Amino acid sequence: MPHRTFMSFIWPSALAMLLFIALPIVSVAVQSLFVAHEQVFVEVENCGPFGCTTVQKIDSQATAALRAAQPLGQFNGLGTYLNRNHLASAEISEAWQTRTDLAGFMSKILNLPFYKALSFTLTYTFVVTPFVIILGFFVALAVNRLPSFIKGPTIFISLLPMIVTPLIGSLILFWMIDADGLIGGTLQLIFDDPDLSLKASPALTWVTLIVYGVWHSAPFSFIVFYAGLQTVPKDTLESAMIDGANRWEQVRYVVIPHLLPLVVFISLMQLMDNFRVFEPIVGFNAEASATSLSWIIYNDLRGSDGNILFGSAAATSLLTIIGVCILLTPVLIRTWRAHGARA
Amino acid sequence: MNMLSKIALTAAVAIAGSSSAFAGCGVSSGSVRIIANDFPASQAVSAEAMKCDGSGASVSVNLNKDYKDLIVAAMTANPAEYTTSHATNSTLVTLMNDDLVRPLNDYVAKYGQGIAKSQLITVDGNVMAIAFMANAQHLFYRQDILDAAGVGVPASYDDVLAAAKAIKDKGLMDYPIAGTYKAGWNLGEEFVNMYLGHGGSFFKPGSAEPAINNAKGVATLNMMKALSEYMNPDFLTHDSNAVQASWEAGNVAMTNLWGSRAGAVTDGEGSTADIEKNTKFASAPTAAGGSVPASTLWWDGFAIAKNISDADAEATFKVVMASISSDMAKANVDKANWLMPGVPARATGVGVIATANGAAAPYPMLPYMGALHGAAGGELADFLQGKESAEQALADIEAAYRAAAKEKGFL
Repeated sequence: MPHRTFMSFIWPSALAMLLFIALPIVSVAVQSLFVAHEQVFVEVENCGPFGCTTVQKIDSQATAALRAAQPLGQFNGLGTYLNRNHLASAEISEAWQTRTDLAGFMSKILNLPFYKALSFTLTYTFVVTPFVIILGFFVALAVNRLPSFIKGPTIFISLLPMIVTPLIGSLILFWMIDADGLIGGTLQLIFDDPDLSLKASPALTWVTLIVYGVWHSAPFSFIVFYAGLQTVPKDTLESAMIDGANRWEQVRYVVIPHLLPLVVFISLMQLMDNFRVFEPIVGFNAEASATSLSWIIYNDLRGSDGNILFGSAAATSLLTIIGVCILLTPVLIRTWRAHGARA
Repeated sequence: MNMLSKIALTAAVAIAGSSSAFAGCGVSSGSVRIIANDFPASQAVSAEAMKCDGSGASVSVNLNKDYKDLIVAAMTANPAEYTTSHATNSTLVTLMNDDLVRPLNDYVAKYGQGIAKSQLITVDGNVMAIAFMANAQHLFYRQDILDAAGVGVPASYDDVLAAAKAIKDKGLMDYPIAGTYKAGWNLGEEFVNMYLGHGGSFFKPGSAEPAINNAKGVATLNMMKALSEYMNPDFLTHDSNAVQASWEAGNVAMTNLWGSRAGAVTDGEGSTADIEKNTKFASAPTAAGGSVPASTLWWDGFAIAKNISDADAEATFKVVMASISSDMAKANVDKANWLMPGVPARATGVGVIATANGAAAPYPMLPYMGALHGAAGGELADFLQGKESAEQALADIEAAYRAAAKEKGFL
């Protein structure tokens, strides 16, 4: 395609990407470098149904004047990135200097909100992604062998977990795994432990969230693999059969190599999606035991009693983007090499 | 919907609209947009406000239990998305921090004849909100269970622990205590209550420097931990709704729950007559040998947005006045401890009154209190799960607060 034609095709999408993706990221990056103005306090007397007290109040006129002079706030450089609620550089170096053993050092690190969230986010990503791929693959193989008259309904039912909105799905399961709920009660019976609760301990909460994640995402990989299975060359399969390959060997030497590009595609999508894990944490009320980077952003933007932390949220957002880039690099390099080999 | 019911509905709306014109809201123009918390008393108030809809004025209501997370963004817009917001000790400060609400002195002088003086929330001489009810977390207890365990009504948290032990030892209940310990705002509120009960203060005098990492703080945390050992293991996921549900299911014998829930657990719905009959209320327990109930006093009211036209503000004030009238309160006596004059006291309000008479502290109206509250709610879960010491948890709260307070310009 001539360069000119290509450009005239691509410019509307390039413009849209610039406006709706690049510019917002730049604005978030700028925001992350600023914090609010120093507040000016005045002492005032508050009265209400419970009597009067003298308290401090923010001087709104003085604050408004500061804001008008510098609408973005005070420049803070990388201060927000390095403070305790993010990368916590000072806390980490102090923990390193006062360490007695590695375990103590690690537990100090994992006590910091950012690293606590990162540890769950990474565990979730690296456990859910392979399980989703493997489970989806086997479900696709199984469905592909079904007689055609029950194929349609089976595919539809298999897709249901993905169709349910994540927040709704996790809320429903939250009540089902309650000690008085269907799943929670059954588990207590099976394990013969009346105190068993999936919501009580951090470890079981992590397991619950991860199982939920696999349940929710497996249909995506299933449907991609199922589509891929329809394109497996029949003659190669037949010649494998003539060569005496059993069913497993056919899968191992014909089907899997054929579907490998799809595995790369699904891993890319799942790594990105799982790194942004968020809804199940809200739905399962799991913030006491598991937080993720996205949850931290949400928490900052929601604010506690109106203390919305825009700079903080912006910094975590950028760190998330960097995290996604790091995660995807190996997969992208692999794709690039494969592409180069083919071309 | 068939034709007949459509006609009936239209007629009902028309009648409701016309009757409101006679009901005397006195509002014939303007747009009134209300956002409020969602619990029985606020539902009654907003239903009354909706009666002013029609005949020239438009009134709309958004009841949302997460309203406090929505109001700052909504009222910062110009014109504001809502003309009036539910306000409490803490959310009024939130709104005033960003200068989002207007003084009401002129409106009170003009239209505020029926208001009791105690309803006026004044800051520096300006009326910033009109309160309509008082609220506090206080003790709910099951008379039958306490009797069966052979213990009296607990007055202190040590009594609560002793009673819980007796109930558990007798095999009456596995988890006799419940609390609103959901990580986040609820857990932070429990910390605030218990710490004030221990006689603590949150900040160094006259500054935003936190001052909770001390012996009183440690005692507070240890008491919370001791209580949590008698709670359902899921306690870190329990908010008021969940606690109310376990109360109504008869799983719990003692809890320190909001006064605004007292009506709901005795309303003849969602529970058995036996449980309701034995549900009693008392002052919030004291702590650490002190005499002050470990609870905070709250008022609920309305504040009016700054970023709206004066005409809308005036219409809003009139609608608010109509919606929190003494007549509305008299028709809904059981739902809250109303502050309006001439409203008879409710039977289920004894807990709030006893807590207030015990001189519990009002929730601190400080600009930086919300940030500390949030830090406590986020950092305490580790301690209650046994992952760290009380001192470490308190140090974490202070550190998390410092980082947030620096970003907000408080420090």
